[in-house]
Amino acid sequence: MKQLKAIFILSIISFFSTTAYAAIEVYQFDDAEKTARFKKLTAELRCPKCQNQNIADSNAEIARDLRAKLQLMLTANKSDDDIIQYMTERYGDFVLYEPRITGQTFLLWFGPFLLLAIALFIVFLIVRTRSKRIINIELNTKQQKQLDGLLNKKQGS
Amino acid sequence: MIPEIGEFSLILAFCFSILLAIVPMYGTIVKNELWMHYGQSMARAQFFFVMVSFICLGYAFATDDFSVAYVANHSNSQLPAQYKLSAIWGGHEGSLLLWALILTGWTLAVSIFSKDLPLDMLARVLSVMGMVSIGFILFLLLTSSPFERYLPRFPADGADLNPLLQDFGLIVHPPMLYMGYVGFSVAFAFAIAALLSGRLDAAWARWARPWTNVAWAFLAMGITLGSWWAYYELGWGGWWFWDPVENASLMPWLVGTALVHSLAATEKRGVFKSWTLLLAIFAFSLSLLGTFLVRSGVLTSVHAFASDPERGLFILIFLAITIGGSLTLFAIKVPNVQSESRFSWLSRETLILINNVFLTVMAMTVLLGTLYPLLVDALGGGKISVGPPYFNAVFVPIMSLMAIGLGISVTVRWRDTPLDRIIKAIWKPALASILIGAVFPFIYGSGFDFSVFLGIAISLWILLTISLEFISKFKHADSIFTKLKQLTMSYYGMMLAHAGVAVVAIGITLVSVYSEERDIRMVAGDKATVAGYEFEFKGVQKVQGANYTADRGQIIVRDGKNVISTLNPEKRHYSVKNNMMTEADIDQGFFRDLFVAMGEPLDGDAWAIRIHYKPFVRWLWYGGTLMALGGLVTVADKRYRRKKTIPATNEASHA
Amino acid sequence: MPRLLLFIPLVLFIVLGAFLWKGLSIDPRELPSALINKPFPEFQVSALRDANKVLTTADFIGHPLLINVWATWCPSCRQEHEQLLAIAKEASIPIIGLNYKDDRNAALAWLEQLGDPYKFNIYDEKGMLGLDLGVYGAPETYLLDAQGIIRYRHVGVITAEVWANFKVMLANGWKNETT
Repeated sequence: MKQLKAIFILSIISFFSTTAYAAIEVYQFDDAEKTARFKKLTAELRCPKCQNQNIADSNAEIARDLRAKLQLMLTANKSDDDIIQYMTERYGDFVLYEPRITGQTFLLWFGPFLLLAIALFIVFLIVRTRSKRIINIELNTKQQKQLDGLLNKKQGS
Repeated sequence: MIPEIGEFSLILAFCFSILLAIVPMYGTIVKNELWMHYGQSMARAQFFFVMVSFICLGYAFATDDFSVAYVANHSNSQLPAQYKLSAIWGGHEGSLLLWALILTGWTLAVSIFSKDLPLDMLARVLSVMGMVSIGFILFLLLTSSPFERYLPRFPADGADLNPLLQDFGLIVHPPMLYMGYVGFSVAFAFAIAALLSGRLDAAWARWARPWTNVAWAFLAMGITLGSWWAYYELGWGGWWFWDPVENASLMPWLVGTALVHSLAATEKRGVFKSWTLLLAIFAFSLSLLGTFLVRSGVLTSVHAFASDPERGLFILIFLAITIGGSLTLFAIKVPNVQSESRFSWLSRETLILINNVFLTVMAMTVLLGTLYPLLVDALGGGKISVGPPYFNAVFVPIMSLMAIGLGISVTVRWRDTPLDRIIKAIWKPALASILIGAVFPFIYGSGFDFSVFLGIAISLWILLTISLEFISKFKHADSIFTKLKQLTMSYYGMMLAHAGVAVVAIGITLVSVYSEERDIRMVAGDKATVAGYEFEFKGVQKVQGANYTADRGQIIVRDGKNVISTLNPEKRHYSVKNNMMTEADIDQGFFRDLFVAMGEPLDGDAWAIRIHYKPFVRWLWYGGTLMALGGLVTVADKRYRRKKTIPATNEASHA
Repeated sequence: MPRLLLFIPLVLFIVLGAFLWKGLSIDPRELPSALINKPFPEFQVSALRDANKVLTTADFIGHPLLINVWATWCPSCRQEHEQLLAIAKEASIPIIGLNYKDDRNAALAWLEQLGDPYKFNIYDEKGMLGLDLGVYGAPETYLLDAQGIIRYRHVGVITAEVWANFKVMLANGWKNETT
């Protein structure tokens, strides 16, 4: 799931940004590792001007500039952290598609797992009561039959 | 004149939706059968007038009536005929009219196919659907009429439809998607009707099930089509971006999936009654919330509609009434008494409960991630972005856990299943899928890869467990054909849908890990090798399309010595809006796609060419289609048509 | 199950609705500068009118000023030019131009033709100063205090309204300026 970078037109769009066509440029790096990092970073940095595009896909002027800058920084052997710092110093956390874990984003990152834990605990409680309760199964089938009879009558009417 | 008829017709439809909301409901209160019966004719009238309105808009498009502002903004005299018609839903106003048409269409369908329903129940259901239409038709009339004129002077020609929308995708994707979104209004209406009547037995679940399954299937198909469309049309070669507008469709689908399962438990075993009601409310609420997110401009999206705070406010008020009202009704009317049904830890009930937890948590995760930038901003925390890296990191683990549960669930029966029986059923497929999953990345790829292992093992696990389950059905059967006929459509539908999950998982895994992508500078005669295929660039020629001019490249693809394909990607220029468009060309295959798109012309007659190798990408859409098919097949189940119901025994209850 | 628990979904929805309502009045595309309350980035770039003259941040210090990012290829810049001329005429605050990714001759011709509201212009040919400043599209206008600290950024056309807002900020100091 590394390169999920598509877009899909779920609803219809009247006003696409005028530059919605794919940005295809040629960047050469001397080694494969840098090519891969370029791909990853351009996919995870958000174009500040665009509606909601990363700088890899966007054809906006600023996205081109940022790609060019990124290439320069990679060729100059800057680390990913340096590059991310460079970008956020200028454009803020807005450019990070992967939000940093801070007090502000704590709920975002851990909320889902917390919710999952709570929900599973509730399931645990429910099933515990349900599996403990001893009732006459015989009666239960009878009730089921009554229900079915009721349904039949309703649907027949 | 025709546009005015359209507008007038919409006003009439609005009047009928008010009557529909009031008269049958009032009939149930005063116990007047005649009034209850009126619901059916009002549903008909409501549909008829929205249809007339829709046809009027279509006529305005077909005749290039650019005095109608909406037509002038979304069409052009040069636009090919089929796109003129699909342009009806190519913008905010018209797509809302399509929404209204589908909503009244579902209402009509309920009034026709639910004759077996007790009259008071049908009256309530139709009334609730009428209330929903009031909101949407009023929205159209007050803020978004597609019939407004440019008067006194109107443009000589239209501003043209966005070139990205001039495609087959626009013809099929939105209607499918809306069928799904709006379809959940039926389950919603049943739930509200059940709450209002206080008859919260399992009966409502049985009536709501086929409708929910169909709506769910349409939504699955709509999302699948959207993914496929984006893949070939946008030139990025991707298929999911976690954009707010995509998320808006995923949330109701996830909750809808939970609903499909919990309805089964409620119908068969009379359990989780309140929860199922709540899910039915949630699924439709999320459809409505999606409408708000897409049309209000509170979030930035690549494919949002032109935003307008006034429209946003209208939908928000509508949301407050509909969702707030139904949740209040829920809190007040849901009875405290629990059903008497008993089930053990190892029962299908428990697994459905866990499935519901996962699906709901997944939907909430998408909601949280989509709205988080808004929450932070509203609290004065500045602008942040939440994108694909977040969703993948949080979504994938939860999704994987759920998929493991899916494999176990098919071996588990209602009420109770002996542990040794489960273990006996699953140990072989578990072992096999882990082994094959571990070996697969060595054979297909170049070395071990954990995500490939996980994805393949999980997909195989699902496929093997459901196949073995299916085969086990024939163990004591006298004849295969008799047994094939004996198995219910619900059962086949379930099998298809679950297989679809596995197929999608294979697609996601392999295309994510083994895709290759290169952007290369090429002049005529240059060759490049990607993933073992040789691509030879033969050059570019100018071509003239219906309403565009294009540079068309020619690329010959060879697999060793043999030419396997000639691809013609285009770089189009649509003159009316002065838009550039990348039209990729794809050599499709069952196991891989070769995707070629053209970028900018570079110095010295060279072009930037993007070449993608996308293994198993089509499996995403095969899987999605299987799921949708599964949902549709269940409706053919005789149970829903036969007036005499089959007694629900343990053995007969599959879905 | 306590009856009140059934109201949880409703309560959650009300909270959500409140946020959505707040969201209607927030523009998700308005991006505040990351450099608010930080010094203008160091640079050494030539002047538009004199390619040999090198400008630095030293040219900014001493009094509050506006830095206007513009270019001849930017239609909105033409739209706001009238307003800039009016501000220059008021003479309450100097405007410094940052000619962004432009052609020198075209830019000079533009000033010749439309009038020159700028005290001087920085010629950022490749847009590298713009990048350091976090510019994402012309026009943008920055408000700097006497120490050369960025206090506010406006993205988009300067209208009379925006200018009135700037004047309030200039008069009141730098308390409420961060959006």
